[in-house]
Amino acid sequence: MKSSVIVFPGSNCDRDIAVALEKMQFKNQMVWHKETKLPKSDLIVVPGGFSYGDYLRSGAIAGKSLIIDEVINAANKGCLVLGICNGFQILTETGLLKGTLLRNKNLKFINKDIKIKVTNNNTKFTNKYQKAQILKINIAHNEGNFFTDPNHLKELKQKDLIAFEYCDENGEVNESSNPNGSLENIAGIYNDKKNILGMMPHPERMVDSLVSNKDGVNLFLSLLN
Amino acid sequence: MKLTLAKQHLLNLKKNKLKFSVTVTLKKDVLDPQGKVVQNTLINLGMNLETIRQGKYFEIEVNEKNHSKAEKNIDEMCKKLLVNLIIEDYKINKL
Repeated sequence: MKSSVIVFPGSNCDRDIAVALEKMQFKNQMVWHKETKLPKSDLIVVPGGFSYGDYLRSGAIAGKSLIIDEVINAANKGCLVLGICNGFQILTETGLLKGTLLRNKNLKFINKDIKIKVTNNNTKFTNKYQKAQILKINIAHNEGNFFTDPNHLKELKQKDLIAFEYCDENGEVNESSNPNGSLENIAGIYNDKKNILGMMPHPERMVDSLVSNKDGVNLFLSLLN
Repeated sequence: MKLTLAKQHLLNLKKNKLKFSVTVTLKKDVLDPQGKVVQNTLINLGMNLETIRQGKYFEIEVNEKNHSKAEKNIDEMCKKLLVNLIIEDYKINKL
């Protein structure tokens, strides 16, 4: 499977995701944001970081970069797109995913391992997980507070487009297990066709038990499946 | 007073320019934690206030003498980049 990781000035999880993808036997390429042509890819990853120093709004400037038109074209043709952390913020700024990420409710940058629940395991990204499986995964963000309008929230629920929810170790989804104030504890969402996933947690940081754990491995195995 | 050529040129250019300000604020229903902290701090300082909402401010100069054309142009800038319409409102003012 061929993957492309888009790199912006200020991306800082681009190498981590590349290492994870290569470990999982993806044929990966890094693509600089000034490129106007995207190599043939089955998966495009928009990585985490602080593209353009979060100027204006997180992801706003990267969302208008040259390569983004190509990403939008590919996504509309059904190519799989994964946006992690700042990548999720960028995807909302491009309009590929609806909603937005606000400043964390407690105004603090949160970097810690938390628990999320696999809300929908019937997708290209999550088919190797069990439904409602609890994952221990790292979050590291300042603007991860998912927000959207009531109509979109209704659509997310009705069409099963919520990918992950923040939960406690028993899988309870409630206010005390919500780290950043996200609407309904949402940690990741799909677009309508479920070929685009945006998520705040970092699966690429959870692929090696020496460093952390392997709770992110199945996301990559699902993609290869 | 005799103006130098360069200054005259600048002045002429100035005539074809219009300047606007854009104020961007979070919509009423959107939580504004920064505004809240500023509000609480001012209250702690003994200031008399009801609420505060924090926003962003831009000053934009355009090479255009037609007011409505210029304003339309600024409006497009807001919609394309400056404002996230899901969570933010904006106001354009002529300076």
